[in-house]
Amino acid sequence: MAEFGTPTALVAAIHKARAAGYRTMDAYSPIPVEEVAEALHIHDRKLPLLVLIGGIVGCIGGFALATWTSVVDYPINVGGRPLFSWPSFIPITFECTVLVAALSAVLGLLALNGLPMPYHPVFNVPQFALATREKFFLCIEATDPQFDLKETRRFLETLEALSIAEVED
Amino acid sequence: MSPPPTSPPDVTVRQPFIEPGHTFESVTDKIGAIVLDQGVRRGWLIGFTISFALLMLLLFALTNLVAQGIGIWGINVPVAWGFDIVNFVWWIGIGHAGTLISAILLLLRQQWRTSINRFAEAMTLFAVACAGIYPIAHLGRPWLAYWLFPYPNTMGMWPNFRSPLVWDVFAVSTYATVSFMFWFVGLIPDLATLRDRSESRVGRFIYGMLAMGWRGSALHWHRYETAYLLLAGLSTPLVVSVHTIVSFDFAVSVVPGWHATIFPPYFVAGAIYAGFAMVLTLAIPLRRYYGLQDFITLRHLDNMARVMLATGLVVAYGYMMETFVAWYSASNYEAFMVTNRFFGPYNKLYWALIFCNVIAPQVLWFKKLRLHQGWLFLTSIIVSIGMWLERYIIIVVSLHRDFLPSSWGMYAGTRWDWATFVGTMGLFMSLLFLFIRFLPMISIFEMRTMVPDAKVDEDAHAGGAH
Amino acid sequence: MSDPTNPTTPTPALDLEQVRTELASARGRHYWRSLDELANRPGFDALMAREFPRQAPGLLDAVDRRQFMQLMGASLALAGLSACTRQPAETIMPYVKAPEDIIPGRPLYFATAMPIGGIGTGLLVESHMGRPTKIEGNPDHPSSLGATDAFAQASVLGLYDPDRSQVISSAGEIRPWSAFTAALDQALAAQTASGGAGLRILTDNITSPTLAGQIAALLTKYPNSHWHQWDPIARDSARLGARMALGVDADVRYRFVDADVVVALDADFLGSGPAQVRNLRDFSVRRKPGGSMNRLYAVESSPTVTGARADHRMAVKASAVEFFAWALAGQLGVAPQKPKNVPPEYAKWIAALAKDLMAHRGRSIVVPGDHQSPGVHALAHALNIALGNVGKTVICTEPVAAQPVYSMASLKELVAAMAAGQVDVLLMLGTNPVATAPADLDFAARLEKVGFRAHLGLYDDETAQLCHWHIPEAHYLESWGDVRSEEGTISIIQPLIAPLYDGKSVLEVMAAANGRPQSGYDLVRAFWGDKRKAAGDFDRWWRTTLHDGLIPDTALAPKAIGVRSNWIDTIIQNHDGKQDDTEGLELVYRLDSGVLDGRFANNGWLQEAPRPITKLTWDNAALISPATARRLKLQNEDVVELTHRGRKLEVPVWIVPGNADDSITLALGYGRKRAGRVGDGVGVDANLIRTSDAAWIAAGVTLAKTPRTYPLATTQEHHSMEGRHLVREATLAEYTHEPAFARELVEEPAKDMTMYPPHPYEGAAWGMTIDLASCVGCNACVIACNAENNIPVVGKEQVAAGREMQWIRIDRYFEGEETNPTIVHQPVPCMQCENAPCEVVCPVNATVHSSEGLNDMVYNRCVGTKYCSNNCPYKVRRFNFFKYQDWTTESLKLARNPDVTVRSYGVMEKCTYCVQRISQARIVSRREDRDVRDGEVVTACAQACPAGSIVFGDLNDPESRVAKTKADARNYSLLGDLNTRPRTTYLASVRNPNPELES
Repeated sequence: MAEFGTPTALVAAIHKARAAGYRTMDAYSPIPVEEVAEALHIHDRKLPLLVLIGGIVGCIGGFALATWTSVVDYPINVGGRPLFSWPSFIPITFECTVLVAALSAVLGLLALNGLPMPYHPVFNVPQFALATREKFFLCIEATDPQFDLKETRRFLETLEALSIAEVED
Repeated sequence: MSPPPTSPPDVTVRQPFIEPGHTFESVTDKIGAIVLDQGVRRGWLIGFTISFALLMLLLFALTNLVAQGIGIWGINVPVAWGFDIVNFVWWIGIGHAGTLISAILLLLRQQWRTSINRFAEAMTLFAVACAGIYPIAHLGRPWLAYWLFPYPNTMGMWPNFRSPLVWDVFAVSTYATVSFMFWFVGLIPDLATLRDRSESRVGRFIYGMLAMGWRGSALHWHRYETAYLLLAGLSTPLVVSVHTIVSFDFAVSVVPGWHATIFPPYFVAGAIYAGFAMVLTLAIPLRRYYGLQDFITLRHLDNMARVMLATGLVVAYGYMMETFVAWYSASNYEAFMVTNRFFGPYNKLYWALIFCNVIAPQVLWFKKLRLHQGWLFLTSIIVSIGMWLERYIIIVVSLHRDFLPSSWGMYAGTRWDWATFVGTMGLFMSLLFLFIRFLPMISIFEMRTMVPDAKVDEDAHAGGAH
Repeated sequence: MSDPTNPTTPTPALDLEQVRTELASARGRHYWRSLDELANRPGFDALMAREFPRQAPGLLDAVDRRQFMQLMGASLALAGLSACTRQPAETIMPYVKAPEDIIPGRPLYFATAMPIGGIGTGLLVESHMGRPTKIEGNPDHPSSLGATDAFAQASVLGLYDPDRSQVISSAGEIRPWSAFTAALDQALAAQTASGGAGLRILTDNITSPTLAGQIAALLTKYPNSHWHQWDPIARDSARLGARMALGVDADVRYRFVDADVVVALDADFLGSGPAQVRNLRDFSVRRKPGGSMNRLYAVESSPTVTGARADHRMAVKASAVEFFAWALAGQLGVAPQKPKNVPPEYAKWIAALAKDLMAHRGRSIVVPGDHQSPGVHALAHALNIALGNVGKTVICTEPVAAQPVYSMASLKELVAAMAAGQVDVLLMLGTNPVATAPADLDFAARLEKVGFRAHLGLYDDETAQLCHWHIPEAHYLESWGDVRSEEGTISIIQPLIAPLYDGKSVLEVMAAANGRPQSGYDLVRAFWGDKRKAAGDFDRWWRTTLHDGLIPDTALAPKAIGVRSNWIDTIIQNHDGKQDDTEGLELVYRLDSGVLDGRFANNGWLQEAPRPITKLTWDNAALISPATARRLKLQNEDVVELTHRGRKLEVPVWIVPGNADDSITLALGYGRKRAGRVGDGVGVDANLIRTSDAAWIAAGVTLAKTPRTYPLATTQEHHSMEGRHLVREATLAEYTHEPAFARELVEEPAKDMTMYPPHPYEGAAWGMTIDLASCVGCNACVIACNAENNIPVVGKEQVAAGREMQWIRIDRYFEGEETNPTIVHQPVPCMQCENAPCEVVCPVNATVHSSEGLNDMVYNRCVGTKYCSNNCPYKVRRFNFFKYQDWTTESLKLARNPDVTVRSYGVMEKCTYCVQRISQARIVSRREDRDVRDGEVVTACAQACPAGSIVFGDLNDPESRVAKTKADARNYSLLGDLNTRPRTTYLASVRNPNPELES
């Protein structure tokens, strides 16, 4: 794993690594950097879909709840209004939509990211504490077909990184 | 160890959003230090003690309320809603600025939100917490509040989904939940920072737990950004809906002075107005006390002042329309409602309201005064009072003289009404003090993105790629 | 905002000049505002002033008035109430069914009679498992015809009042009955020698044949003893007036059914007096604009319900009424000479009035006020005779009293005797002279001189305190007896429940005095058995009598009368040209419409019933006219010091439009010291300044303003209709020209003007109409509702805070110029709207519609958001801001209607159309497999209403009475323009003014 000082350096390193044929790698940074994601060819569209589904469920659920309770399960004359007074059910419907959508967004995020995850090998690297402060890291993982401890280490050294460390598992 | 900062990014005549010379670590340390290194400061302690005392007063007042009955409040027939609902609406309104700043400004790509959104969101949460107390406490039988939720029960009954109060329950609880998630998601990366920077084992453990093992992986960041954006997208209509629905509590009724179609927009504007006033009321002392002038710059204050002015004008328009419609409707009751506001027993309060919400904020037209912290602070306080008066006028003054003169009456809050009101302020401040002490009041990672280095220098690696 | 802890904030200042100018500038038929608004004074400080009482509830030490009911629990230790069913041992006769078929949960009705001041009203009492819970009128009884007044309605609470005295006591010790009888025998034995020279009996007015017999027996046994009668509500002036004009004792009754023109000379015949129920019943028959509508002229000092209903009302000082009557008599040539210098404003009025009377000879009535001078009564006699009314609309009979006396004189004799030390034994039976005697008699001090003082009374009151012996009196619902109604009909009083506190009836005490202690039952039976010896089959007669509640053909026969010669001389002497004998202020004492002479002071229902004109509760006040207030720089709630013949009294002021100038009206019966926890210290005691020779009208009273103010609790702070068409009223002429005038005033949205499909109401659709042409605002419906629906008493502070609980309230508005406004009353129960605004906003469906169109309130579902109340345009919903209801006092539990939920705190409540009665009728009809008959369901308010203004029934039944009244052209709905579709609607008021006096 290599440490860098700026996002620029990190992005450069990633490009080099990919050029060198490495695929299974991950980058860590204190700030979100779009270019890093691009460089790593990350394309993840699951979350928006999840939220959409959540929204639809909430919408239908909310309206169904209001309608079923006031028309089917507990039909009663309230102030001379018809049982199915749908306009008054709209606010409920809307709120349910937002609620379920938001919940699925957050829970989805955690689930997809596999959080909470108290332990992760990268934490074993002492410098990695700086990943949440100022430093940027590139980690080529052992599962990469091309991975070889010495080779990879030598490769990383070519990336003028600030430091290089081995991630113990 | 990173290269020294280059010249400030934004060298225009306008005030920058972050003072020049900041780097990743300086930002991180400066904000993190407030939580980690400074420890308990004297000013903080005093402030917290006072707030906590008031919080105890709240508990006392509420206990007595349940013990004796809500008769200890000033409410009666015809004025069955008083301080309770006034304060409820007031607090909810205050909350709105937080969501607005964090969500809407995010969607509008307003960079200046970054340094204020965190505590604005916190403010939202705490305000909603205060607001949430009232709808429950104002019930004749508070212990049955859960009957407002639709849950299968042995009584075989359901709530009445036609009632604005049920809409309220949904709106407010949704609002609270979503605001909390929004706030917490925003906190995760900073919690990770605190985890990694805190010296004490306890701190590491607690922040570690809360950070849930965040490690800033690129893939996580990617999803994180998406989720945050989506939440912002959801919160925006939500925040508008919440105060719309609160306004329905009145607009749906038949009471002259309540039954008005202008209420939703007028309430939302009012909410933002009050909210920004509160943000300013908090931000101005905070930035001074914690020396955050670098992050919350005059430019921020200036922008917030502009928003206040704008929403203030919308509110003023609302007052105008109320009066106009009263005349235009040619309804005896509406007309009387307005004359009663102008010349009735409560007219002093009405004119005070006009001063606070319409006249006083006009000073914000002048940039000099917008950038003058003293003026700004004063104005924001006046507006907060004005917005409270507005709700008092709408609720009490409309109710106390409605249709049948025989049932007209007067209303005034008792010592218990005041105790509860002041008490909720105590709750609000206590939470705020704790927040300032234990969580970063400015989003660290977002501030980092403002640092010049955060920008990836394209051509630097363009060559190196091949 | 204001400082909530400052009680001494002054009441708002009035700019009186402004008031006057505004009034002057007011044009035409305009609705004037209550003085505060008139002055357009921003009443911001009024808010502060009003804030003060509202502070009270929060503080435990300040809630005594609210908690008085709760606090009562303790005193029940003595009550010894084991079970609810305390049926009298003797056989009593149920009205409808025989007592053996008591079905649990089904009430029985028994006929009895309630004596007030010795005059009985025939009643039916509803009994649940042996507990009397509700009073109704006895339809067969001539003095009731099925209706009741507020006093009768409230008497059931009096029965269960835990403050009633519960033990025989002597010198503060609890003693047995036998000890008393022994002591009494001893005391009387000492009198035998002197033939009872030192023996005196003091009672109130007595009509009971049995009791009269007993007293007669005692008097014969002790020939030198004396029987005094002191009744604070006795109609002395009537007695003296009769003697003055006719030279004989005679009682007068009126047949308003046959009267086209009625002149009330300061007479509140619709709102007070023993005949008020019958009078109102008869009078209202002639207030239907359809038929031949009568015309009422009222001359009075302070507005009464009678004056409020009048077609022409003139405010004159009480002391000027005699002069006015004389002028009228002169005009009609009844009096040999006319008074000199009749003021022009009288002259026009009198001329028109005289003309009207002449046009209706034999079909008119002149009614003198009970508290007016004997002269007025004499003049009234003369006028009625001259107009040929006597025998037609005015019936004179022998006095109904067993022994007609001039009550005040009788009391004076006693006091004189006591002062002279001639009284050794004094039995005070069912009377409380220490509290009710005028100050100048100094009764308490004189009483000390009596050797043996025994007192029989419901309460351990002021008099009991000063007596050697006090015997708790049995309530009329617990004791046997008999009584005559005002027109003579005799009723047997049968108890509904055995004495709760082992009290004794006056009969039993007299029996003891006669040396033959007996049970009340035996006494009454023996007396009547004796009387009916000839008739035979006594038991059968006894059963029928009890069953019917009256002895037929016992009404007093009309007797011929004629005026004596020179009857008018005294009157002329009284005046010698002076218009009235008061230079400066006069002080008029009136019996209170709530507590009467103070005997009902401990009755929470009556204390809290807003007085019909002032809408004050829990206090009396010095009522003055706006002009007088301006002259003396007084405002509401200012405390003034009244001085009369050296006696001083501090009393708060209340300004009443339509009150005569320079006339102060003060209600009796307040400021009680030993009334009980409810009545103690409520208001000020008028008797402290009252003198026996000016018992009702005191001249030459001086008034001094004090810097103090005293908060008064009123249920209506605003007296103008703000030009809104709430009470709709027209003259007979306008009505005949356009019967549907009421509906012309406000346009109501058409039934089909809605996007919603209408809700079908199959089966019954309950509805109500209230006729504003006959309603006088007498409060009978309010108290009836209290009793029927277990409505709690909240106390003065809560009323002041705007939290009264009565389900039906009577709105009162002033209209026209303040010197002589038209006064209108409007009872407002829940309107039972078909499009109920309250229901839509309830989050928990706690108030919803029933299939029969009732706006149901589900107490145990209510969480108390109060939104329904805010959204109710009629503000008829009542909220339990505290735990108002008394859950601890045993005796009060007995008083409750078991068919109605007792509400706890935190829930909303309101008029239910007496849904329990509807269900009851439905159950019966279902069992008999038929529809509910019209008239089978009668709401408590409708049942009590003496004017029959309230009609209730099924709108889906075209034949029902309510369907017909709804079809009436006068029918309109309150705030109908809001499209709430109220089921309760009003029949617009119509007045019948004399065209000559119009303009």
